[in-house]
Amino acid sequence: MSVRFLAVVFSIIATGALAQGFAGLGTDAEGFSYPQAGHTLTFPQDHGPHPDFRIEWWYLTANLEGADGAEFGLQWTLFRSATRPEKAEDWSVTQSFMAHAGLTTETRHYSAERFGRGGIGQAGVTASPFSAWIDDWQMTSRASAGDDALSALNVRARGPAFSYDINLEASGPLVFHGDNGYSVKSASGQASYYYSQPFYRVTGTIVLPTGPVEVTGQAWLDREWSSQPLDENQTGWDWLSLHFDDGSKLMGFRLRSRTDDAFTSATWVRPDGTTTTYGDGSLVMIPEATARVAGRTVPVGWRLQLPQRELDITVEALNPQSWMDTLVAYWEGPVAAAGTHGGRGYLEMTGY
Amino acid sequence: MIGAGFSALLSHWRYRPLQLVTLIVGLALATGLWTGVQAINSEARSSYDRAAAVLGQDRLERLQSESGGPIEAERFVALRRAGWLVSPVVEGTIRVDGTRVRIMGIDVFTLPPEAAPLGLSGNEDTTAFLAGDGLMLAHPETAADLAGSGLNLRNTLQVTPGDLMADIATAWQLLQRTDFDYLVLAPDQPIGLQPLTEIAPDLQRIQPDPQGDIARLTGSFHLNLTAFGFLSFAVGLFIVHATIGLAFEQRRPVVRTLRALGLPRRTVIALLLVETLFLALVAGLIGVLLGYTIAALLLPNVAATLAGLYGASVPGSLTLRADWILTGVAIAFAGAILAVANGLWRMARMPLLAPAQPRAWAMASLKASRWNTLAAFALLIISLVTVWAGSGLVAGFLTLGTLLLGAALLLPPLLIALLKLGARTARSPMAEWIWADMRQQVPGLSLALMALLLALAANIGVGTMVDSFRYTFTGWLDQRLASELYVNAGNEAEAEELRSFLEGRAEAVLPIRSIELDIADQPIFVYGVVDHATYRDHWPLLRQSADVWERVAEADGALINEQLLRRDGYDLGDTIQVAPGWSETVVGVYSDYGNPTGQMIVNHDRLMEAFPDIPKLRHAVRIAPEAADSLTEALVTEFGLSSGNILNQADVKRFSLQIFDRTFLVTGALNTLTLGVAGFAILANLLTLANMRLSQMAPVWAVGTTRATLARVELLRTLALAFLTWLAAVPVGLLLAWVLLAVVNVEAFGWRLPMFVFPLDWLRLLVLALAAAAIAAAVPVWRLARTQPARFLKVFVHER
Repeated sequence: MSVRFLAVVFSIIATGALAQGFAGLGTDAEGFSYPQAGHTLTFPQDHGPHPDFRIEWWYLTANLEGADGAEFGLQWTLFRSATRPEKAEDWSVTQSFMAHAGLTTETRHYSAERFGRGGIGQAGVTASPFSAWIDDWQMTSRASAGDDALSALNVRARGPAFSYDINLEASGPLVFHGDNGYSVKSASGQASYYYSQPFYRVTGTIVLPTGPVEVTGQAWLDREWSSQPLDENQTGWDWLSLHFDDGSKLMGFRLRSRTDDAFTSATWVRPDGTTTTYGDGSLVMIPEATARVAGRTVPVGWRLQLPQRELDITVEALNPQSWMDTLVAYWEGPVAAAGTHGGRGYLEMTGY
Repeated sequence: MIGAGFSALLSHWRYRPLQLVTLIVGLALATGLWTGVQAINSEARSSYDRAAAVLGQDRLERLQSESGGPIEAERFVALRRAGWLVSPVVEGTIRVDGTRVRIMGIDVFTLPPEAAPLGLSGNEDTTAFLAGDGLMLAHPETAADLAGSGLNLRNTLQVTPGDLMADIATAWQLLQRTDFDYLVLAPDQPIGLQPLTEIAPDLQRIQPDPQGDIARLTGSFHLNLTAFGFLSFAVGLFIVHATIGLAFEQRRPVVRTLRALGLPRRTVIALLLVETLFLALVAGLIGVLLGYTIAALLLPNVAATLAGLYGASVPGSLTLRADWILTGVAIAFAGAILAVANGLWRMARMPLLAPAQPRAWAMASLKASRWNTLAAFALLIISLVTVWAGSGLVAGFLTLGTLLLGAALLLPPLLIALLKLGARTARSPMAEWIWADMRQQVPGLSLALMALLLALAANIGVGTMVDSFRYTFTGWLDQRLASELYVNAGNEAEAEELRSFLEGRAEAVLPIRSIELDIADQPIFVYGVVDHATYRDHWPLLRQSADVWERVAEADGALINEQLLRRDGYDLGDTIQVAPGWSETVVGVYSDYGNPTGQMIVNHDRLMEAFPDIPKLRHAVRIAPEAADSLTEALVTEFGLSSGNILNQADVKRFSLQIFDRTFLVTGALNTLTLGVAGFAILANLLTLANMRLSQMAPVWAVGTTRATLARVELLRTLALAFLTWLAAVPVGLLLAWVLLAVVNVEAFGWRLPMFVFPLDWLRLLVLALAAAAIAAAVPVWRLARTQPARFLKVFVHER
């Protein structure tokens, strides 16, 4: 998935000690590993944590539908952040975790967050058997032996006003962004390891203040880790994942900079899982409609063009008020695409 | 016309600058003492609020082990994995370079945002706080105390003095622990959780405490301070009242002239009111400055007292706060208006061409004194009624207030009666004149003398209370602190080794086991004791049943401290429910000075059976006194116990007496200041009377008395009045002491003390009072001795 948390941790947009703690990690990269071009990812190990990299996440977004056709968006994210490139099994803080859960309806947006230190069992990730968790929130593998651990998952979270419990089954392979998972994030060469599982079919239950709703839909899981992925002049980003009606998928992002033009990147995913990567400048993202959200102006309607694929679409938010009112705050919610390609997906915007 | 009228009225002060100074100084002193006390109270209260809000104790529920022990770290993780939003806290006290500090270990990841904000200044702080090098947060005062300790500290005002806030890992390392004392519950829990009663039945939910124990416990202490502040204010008002009354009287001719010239009465009164308000503003501001200085000087001691007596941490430095600055100025206004009201009232009712005789004022006062006498008796009766029928601290102070005011009002008629009696002994015309003149001086001096009476009575009363208390307390300490050494272990394992190390080396090792319980909604410390002669021989019992110690030894009864008896009404034979399914009968009551809370003593084994996880770390050691030092030595060198964990009897005694002395240092200081104010009142009155008395002196001078003789007589007269006032103050002071000991202390602290009298102190006060009067009289007397004969003659020329 996109660069999301990375910029959050480097740009001090949030106040509060903990956010500053996460943010403070940007200053000194001593002892940490960096992504290398040409490196081959190995599984199941790389589903698990990489303590020698500063930051990492397991990031799931889902577009869901109730029996009556009502649309919902769902987010489950676990962030890992390291103060030292090592893994301790006690209360000394080397690895910390932050998690976000979101649930969006056409009129409401619910969010919740959790924090915890690694090494004591409150929060962590294991590669095999695969499980990522913080408190009672979890993303656990249900895959049969021999299959990829991420091919079947159970995902749960709950907050003061909502909860969800969903099962995911992948109908396609893992896909790798950039150069076989080596994803470049700026013209000056910052990069991360980045792969996804975009082929999930979802069944499950979401619980709203009005009661439980049985839902079905599609989901997209992003896995990304790095130690210094953003240029210091990059101020925020707009990121999209789209499931088109014809079975193809698109991941695209635009990194905004205070000095240069925005840096864009896109991955086109065919229904069989083969990908084409488009470098800076191919994807054009134009803000078209804005909304006042949490005291700021956020572009919640977009026009997207990818001439190489003859793609020209508009993207609109299901609920323009999909604001994650968390310690590190940003916009994240379900969107609908129309134009040359129709479909559903997720939009994330930070730094506004 | 208004401008001219105003400047005519103001010109009074130009001719009498001393009176102006007196007025402003009087009002400033009154305001200053009051404001000082308020500033101290305000500082203390705000720090109690801060303390009550530490980690959200005032708003957040918490979970505690029902057995009284710590909570294992795994329990925290298990509760989190079950979805419950809890955050762990570990607390403990360590000694660093002789300074006791409380370590509070917290987990910033899970601490609810409602808990007090941290105050880490930036990324590096946060990283350092969480990293292994143990950055801790401390109040600047605490950090200053610990400078050079090598601890990694960061200053913040978010932490109460005496506390160090650290990450769990850092706190564990310092406290040598691996568990928690309690878990804080976040207010908004997720939906659909399994009830805590099912997954953690052994953890008890404790409700938040919006006020905090400290604020409750210290309430009486602050009421005490307020009462003394008010007393000082009242004394100051006497001066202001006397001066303003005099100024009004002296301005009668001016007012008469202005009125005759056509200035409306309402305008005159308005002008006088404006003048008063302006003076009040000036005096109020000076008073607030003075109050700030007093408070800044006294606060470190008050802070030490509160820390020692109540465990309340209050910073030793003062913050400017709008509340007491504004109340200070407001009370100056109120005081000035109160003092001026009488004068204005009389001015308003004065006939246009009333004779402007200064004497009329004194005569009127004499008439008013009949009413005063009646009022005095009424007040004294109220005082009697409240002491009999009233209950509570407020009734106690009402008794005090009415007693003091009644006695003060009774003073002038009493003095006049005494002087009339004295006059009968006069054998010569000169003597007769002296007695008569003294009597006629009483109304003019009465307010100053009343102020002196109040100050002297307060000194005698408070002095008697403090000395009685100290006498009793010292004796009680000798009795109660029977064990030679008090030894603490850092953890259970060390405690185990410690006990076996002491086996054979000490005569007896008595465990000290205690737990804080909520009994009938208040915190009560329950101690478990083993059966040992130390308790039988030394524990000072106020009331006891037969075989009291045998019954405790058989787990068939409990002892309670005096506080529970006096404050909560438990007595011998009553039953107290200690815990569910465990009740104890009260078989004895012991005195427990210096402790603000309720306390119980029960059988050791019974207590440990009910609360098996009570830490077994503290011990009292009995050993031959001469061997105590070598055992201490052995504990440090052979056993390796840190010397901070060993207290010997002498240290504890010294520490206790130190706290005690500090406690009453503040009241002592306020008393001395009050006495000073009273001395100033006499000076002010004598100075203003001096001019008026010229007309009474002139005939005596004319019949051949020298000025030197007149001056000597004048001095003697003032001293005699001061002496008589002191004489009246002694019984009032003793009554005051009795009320303090038998009513106020019982209500405020929960203990009653025997009263001892210390007549030498009274004599010291007499000397002080005479000195104050002599100093006050010196200037007018000196002036009298040097008065030009022409001025005496002028009296006859100007005779109206």
